[in-house]
Amino acid sequence: MRVPLNWLGDFVELDGSPDELAELLTNAGLEVKAIDRFGVDGAELPWPADLVMAARVLRVDPVPDADRLVLATVDYGADSTRQVITGAPNLFPYLDQDLGGADLWGALLLAGASYRNPYRDLKITRLKPKKLRGITSDAMLCSAVELGLGEDHEGIILFEPADELPTLEPGRPLTEVLGDVVLDIDVIPNIARCASIMGVAREVAALTGAEFRPPAVPLTMDGPPIEGRVEVTTENPELNPRFVALLIEGIEQGASPYWMQHRLQLAGQRPIGNVVDISNYVMLEVGQPNHTFDYDLLRQRADSYAKSGPVRIVTRLAHEDERLTTLDATERELRTNQIMVADPAGSLSVGGVMGGRDSEIGPETRNVLLEAAAWERRSIRRTQRQLGVHTEAGFRFSRGVHPSQALLGARRAAELLRLHAGGTIAEGIVDHYPQPAPDVAVDFDLGYLRRLSGLDLSAEETADLLRRLEFGVDAATDSGPLRVTVPDHRLDIEGQHDLVEEVCRIYGYDRIPSTVLSDVLPPQRGNREQSFEDRVKDTLADLGLQEVVSYRLTTPEAEAKLHLEDAEPPPYVRLANPSTQDRVVMRRSLLASVLEAAASNSRFEDRLALFEVGRVFPVEQGDALPEERERAAIVLSGPRRSSHWQAADNPDDCFDFFDMKGVVETVLDRLGLRVEFAAAEAASAATPYRAGRSATVLLGGEGEPVGLLGEVHPAVAANFGLEPAAGSPVLAAELDLDRILERIPASLQVEPVPVYPEVREDLALIVDESTPAASVEAALLKAGKPLLCAVELFDVFRGEAIGEGSKSLAYHLTLRAPNRTLRDRDTKKLRRRILGQVERSVGARLRE
Amino acid sequence: MIDQLDDIEARVSAALNATADLDALEEWRRATIGRKGEVQLLTRRMGEIDPADRPAFGKRINEIKISLQAAFEARQEALTRAAHDAEADAESLDVTLPGRRPVLGGLHPSTLVMRRIERIFGDMGFQTYRSPDVVTDQLNFGDLNMPPDHPARDMQDTFYTTDPSVVLRTHTSGGQILAMQEQHPAPVRVILPGMCYRNEQITSRSEIQFHQIEGLAVGPAITFADLKGTLTEFARRLFGHGRGARFRASYFPFTEPSAEMDIACFLCDGKGCQLCKETGWLEILGCGMVHPTVLRNGGYDPEKWSGFAFGMGPERIAMLRHGIRDIRYFWSNDLRFLRQFQRFV
Repeated sequence: MRVPLNWLGDFVELDGSPDELAELLTNAGLEVKAIDRFGVDGAELPWPADLVMAARVLRVDPVPDADRLVLATVDYGADSTRQVITGAPNLFPYLDQDLGGADLWGALLLAGASYRNPYRDLKITRLKPKKLRGITSDAMLCSAVELGLGEDHEGIILFEPADELPTLEPGRPLTEVLGDVVLDIDVIPNIARCASIMGVAREVAALTGAEFRPPAVPLTMDGPPIEGRVEVTTENPELNPRFVALLIEGIEQGASPYWMQHRLQLAGQRPIGNVVDISNYVMLEVGQPNHTFDYDLLRQRADSYAKSGPVRIVTRLAHEDERLTTLDATERELRTNQIMVADPAGSLSVGGVMGGRDSEIGPETRNVLLEAAAWERRSIRRTQRQLGVHTEAGFRFSRGVHPSQALLGARRAAELLRLHAGGTIAEGIVDHYPQPAPDVAVDFDLGYLRRLSGLDLSAEETADLLRRLEFGVDAATDSGPLRVTVPDHRLDIEGQHDLVEEVCRIYGYDRIPSTVLSDVLPPQRGNREQSFEDRVKDTLADLGLQEVVSYRLTTPEAEAKLHLEDAEPPPYVRLANPSTQDRVVMRRSLLASVLEAAASNSRFEDRLALFEVGRVFPVEQGDALPEERERAAIVLSGPRRSSHWQAADNPDDCFDFFDMKGVVETVLDRLGLRVEFAAAEAASAATPYRAGRSATVLLGGEGEPVGLLGEVHPAVAANFGLEPAAGSPVLAAELDLDRILERIPASLQVEPVPVYPEVREDLALIVDESTPAASVEAALLKAGKPLLCAVELFDVFRGEAIGEGSKSLAYHLTLRAPNRTLRDRDTKKLRRRILGQVERSVGARLRE
Repeated sequence: MIDQLDDIEARVSAALNATADLDALEEWRRATIGRKGEVQLLTRRMGEIDPADRPAFGKRINEIKISLQAAFEARQEALTRAAHDAEADAESLDVTLPGRRPVLGGLHPSTLVMRRIERIFGDMGFQTYRSPDVVTDQLNFGDLNMPPDHPARDMQDTFYTTDPSVVLRTHTSGGQILAMQEQHPAPVRVILPGMCYRNEQITSRSEIQFHQIEGLAVGPAITFADLKGTLTEFARRLFGHGRGARFRASYFPFTEPSAEMDIACFLCDGKGCQLCKETGWLEILGCGMVHPTVLRNGGYDPEKWSGFAFGMGPERIAMLRHGIRDIRYFWSNDLRFLRQFQRFV
């Protein structure tokens, strides 16, 4: 909402600078987003008092040999008049006329001052004297655009004295006449009452203590009565509680007075013509949107349903399959929950939202039926959303305009039409108001105010703050609640909590004390999931991986890249209104996100070590809500180490399966979990991994699967655009954190530091190629109980010496007894026992 | 004979001083003070000396031996040091060559900022509570005092799913209801971090997803003054102790009274600049006293309980704090952006 201060000043005395006013309003919830200055000090284009001034046009003469130029003689308060050459089309009608009685004024700019040059992209340009047709021109009469006031460059500003403008005299600095400051206020939904100059004036009055001066709305009605010519009925008073109509006849269409155009321009509305301008002006001033119908058109329609009977306006819900072409020339399909203004011949406009094209005033319109109505806000919001139409009227009605404003707006608009469009107002007002809005009164408990605000105000102080906002407060006593009556322009007060806000706002949020929470501290529960997840992230970052965070919205196609074969896509949580076609469903896979991140970085980065911890949203067919699961996904690819000048480039030194396995082991180990790996079942087309190079991550003990890891199939990697050099695979892992976090032991148990020395023994075993290393290790540990406390594989060997189909696994064994130093015969005995047992259990024999 | 001793000493000393390296020194030692060296052998010539002079002769030889031994050691130390110096010269490093740095990982800026915020509130007794991203319309709006066609719904462009009763949460505020319902009838002090979604054009200033951290305190005697005190303290800890903060009236359907907290602009310290759009203030969070309807929906009687709630965007805070000009950086996962946060302090 753009609020020109001169306009605001009609309703409230303004003290202090615009900046102070802006701060006051901002703190009270009317956030001033910008302060725009026009012509005054601090404006981008100032109007120096001695160079830009009001000038009276005395005479308009032709310029010899120049059809498109005229010579205007102006009085600008100097000893002599001045002649100005101009091409302004709106001066031509005055050629060779005696302007003595016209009282016609323009904005004169003398050489040395600057203006916005419409022929140079509105660049601020200094005016220099020049010669035109032999006449020296060192001044100009300005258009609105040249003064930085608007877009209009159709002609120069021509204005007449009016009550709304300061007294005109030749040479009066223009900044005093048209200069202004505009506050651009962000109107939040609960202060829709401030989407008007009057509404803002009320707030200013309450905040500064100045008097609010409501507009006088006299009405001169001297036309033939409206009674018997227009009737109004409302079928749905709950949606259209009030409908006010006035008839203004014999108007002459033309430009609205300059002061009105000027104010509309400053408020961001383009002047169009007197009837439309007045309608907009009243909406901006009072906050009451209103609508004008061509009465003669309505009259003609009436003849079709009741020959020479009254025009019968009815508001009703739209019929099934009803259509209406609105004034933006769009044919709209209506729904039966939308309220329409109609007559028996059909609908005329979408109530409170947009007029219909066929009943709209046209250039020939001379008689106008003026509507100012009240509409239920939710219904208007719904209609706007359904039709995809957002108008200034709809904006205000959907946020709530009190029915009391309808009569005020109608009177103001009618009187302006009489004054500035030359109409006569028919005697009488049709005011259909079947269910007057009830007076709202709230019992306001001062204890509640204290309890909620922390402010200790007396009843009298509280009442005074509320009265400044026009609330009625019965004689305040400090015992018992205050009886507070809500003023009839407000719809936002439902209970005493709303009054607390009003008191705090007017008292000033900045004056409310700041205190430390002294309330009961709730039981401290902590968040176990969060802290373990943090530990996972920290471990991965410590291991040299970078965390990424991806869009949780994706497409089924993007996730299908994980699989080699086309399959029926799984069910997704799908958006009904996606903003972009690559973000339409909630992801089911975190790995796809991280592979995408890896691919986008692979353009400028060889070494990729990324992870993400976040949610996935698998959903069952038919379920509305997904099961949200926390996952971790990890991707490694490229050189293990960063490059360094000293190290020779070793192309073989790339991340491989065992790097990824080590990362996963470390993460789980740091959570205190024992973990096992099993070769993944014959890789199906449903996993992104290469057959024979992937593993299932199992939690020790029950062997619960909690993740997968492995080499990404090169074709899958290529689907994502990842094509690393030969010998450098893409490794990936996915962990189901929800399951993992359930299994984390409650606390770490520390083992005593050994007292007796350990003995190390090396042992090389030959086993069948198909025997997994893990089972050999398990067999060793089992056979060596209880003295064998650690086993470390240090070599894997294959070759002729061993024989085809076999491999040698060499281990360091650590032996220790808790209560004595081991002797040679102990270790020899144990070695024999181990060898015997592993031969039986895994078919291992000693490599001599 | 004794007289010759002086000459011998002078000669041998001169030879010692002439040794150029440790090998020559060893050679000298062997030839002079070594077991079969010239000086050692002098003792054997005692027989040639007049018995009366023998004590003097012996004494003199001893003096020479001691003096030469000391001179030898000094020479040895000097030559060893010279040798080391020479060696060091040959092996000296260009210390300006780059060091070998271990590859570091790092956390995403959103994680870093959220952790910092969570820690500050954690110190004040606010614990983390997590709630789902995909929720019912009722939880996201209805329970928060925003029935269908409430004008406040215009403040947020919502992503609806193909099930009309299910939306992607537009704020973490719905989690307030879940936290209250779960912790009722105990007092509540939680913060609710999470990803939120809005149907916007993706531009440098707006994104379709962003994190939010919501906070909620409910108790028997919580006031607006407590809200101001708590959030002012938070702003001091996050932005530095001298940083001014202000509260101004605002509107959220789920709080009443509602406020917006601004802090003095970091860039211009409140004088007005491009970052703060000439206002001198940066909007940091929205807050207010929990609306009675919301308290009731959470299971708390608004006649006996009160509370405050607040919400902020960690990405916005990170952008302001670190001069990030484009919000799209956050989910673009470009390592050239993310790695800079290894220096986050």
